[in-house]
Amino acid sequence: MHIMIKTEHLTKEYGGQKAVDDLDLQVDLGATFGFLGPNGAGKTTTIRILTTLTRPTSGRAWINGFDVVSESSEVKGEFGIVQQHLSLNRELTVRENLDLHARLHHLDRAERRERIDELLDYVDLLEYADHLIDRISGGMKRRVMIARALIHRPRLLILDEPTVGLDAQTRRRIWDLIRRMNSDGTTVFLTTHYIEEAEALCDRVGIIHQGHIISLGSPLELRRHLGLTTVELRSEGNNTEYRYFPDRTTAAKYVQTLPSSAENIVMRESNLEDVFVELTGRRVCE
Amino acid sequence: MIVMEAYAILWADLMVLKRRIGRYLTTTLISPVLYLVAFGWGLGRGISVDGASYFEFVVPGIIALTAMNSSFNGAGTRLNVDRLYFKSFDECLMAPISHLSLLLGKAMIGVVRGLISSIAFVMVALLISPAFSIGPLFLVSLLLTCLTFAFLGVLAALLARSHEDMATFGSLILLPMTFLGGTFFSVSQVPAALKLVLYALPLTHSSMCLRAAALDQSFPWGSLLAVGCFWLVFFIGCTLVLKRASV
Repeated sequence: MHIMIKTEHLTKEYGGQKAVDDLDLQVDLGATFGFLGPNGAGKTTTIRILTTLTRPTSGRAWINGFDVVSESSEVKGEFGIVQQHLSLNRELTVRENLDLHARLHHLDRAERRERIDELLDYVDLLEYADHLIDRISGGMKRRVMIARALIHRPRLLILDEPTVGLDAQTRRRIWDLIRRMNSDGTTVFLTTHYIEEAEALCDRVGIIHQGHIISLGSPLELRRHLGLTTVELRSEGNNTEYRYFPDRTTAAKYVQTLPSSAENIVMRESNLEDVFVELTGRRVCE
Repeated sequence: MIVMEAYAILWADLMVLKRRIGRYLTTTLISPVLYLVAFGWGLGRGISVDGASYFEFVVPGIIALTAMNSSFNGAGTRLNVDRLYFKSFDECLMAPISHLSLLLGKAMIGVVRGLISSIAFVMVALLISPAFSIGPLFLVSLLLTCLTFAFLGVLAALLARSHEDMATFGSLILLPMTFLGGTFFSVSQVPAALKLVLYALPLTHSSMCLRAAALDQSFPWGSLLAVGCFWLVFFIGCTLVLKRASV
């Protein structure tokens, strides 16, 4: 299998503190990979290294076989990125923002015109092409950022919290777009705070905590490893205890052993959030 | 390739400028016209300096000052906002273009804004007093002044860690230079020790070049070279800071 992202012993220190610590990661071509971790876990630093913005302290990283330090020019042509914050030029129109990015990636005039129209159509923003960025909604801005990231036909799309701050309807629209890009052959590397987003989109997930990957696999594999069924036991003080079981039958047998006075027992399917909390001891947004 | 890449960066800023040109021209003229009224007509009436009326003397100085402020702010303030507020500078760093193209592109908008402001002020000054000439040496001096201060703006913006840092840089460097850089008085009139300090300011040399060219006086080639050296130092500074900041 062709590898799109690879890191070996990747480490980044800031003033003696390790933001990324001996990180080994591999993302295959065509995958949709979810990179989950609490704030400060090292997600953004990893992305900054992969996108050539930050030099690693030690270890190496490759994008499509190109070393991010010694072959940074080649790496820059391989990926497109949608950053968490709005990084569009707000004083330019939608079309001008795409045009600037196309120029920076050396597309000629005819190619630029064709590609911009094609992408505006792809993200359903053709009628807003000549609107200033400040005059369009948050969801539209995010779609412009996705279109911009795709303008030079990158083989890898890095999405850093692509739906943060968007309403549920817009978020689903962005999800559809991500699925469509992936089915068109683009490898997707995604960080998100929304566990349901990772479950809905990713075929593999890596959980990063304190700079290392602590778990890696498909959402089903990770859930299976924890136990596919969760029993929640809520005590009087509203503290909830979680127990994990390989299947509903085992979980049901456990529930039957509980005293008959026990109330507030919930049996449900485990989800990635359970995996995440058990592994990191924290909720995703903490 | 470098020219095309630098133009790509400049193009975006030109689009913004095009959209705001009326407002830009109006606001950019306020400060130099106020200096002209206060110092040229108010304070300097009846005074002559180095064989010229004070009005004729001060106009080239104000042109140098306008070029300095517009170029510095045109390049520096915009870059500072792009880098720290809009975060759109990262998009340029992640694009497959050279650092040289990036620096040139970011500095060029300062040069363009500096030239527009200075030329607009020259036109206003010519309407009032057509007593100075604009020849090739004047234009070369003006262009070099804009280039130097645009790169100083880029350097300050790359070093700044906050918007406040840019304001501090303005207060500590640009403001003293505004009043000490030979703009409103002749450097030949100050004591020798102070003269040495004033010659360490790029604006002093810019004012001297522009004044000599505008008033058809003996041209200070050494000062033109000094402005060129300041540009080179700022350019090397920008290159080193950008290299240190990224892969």
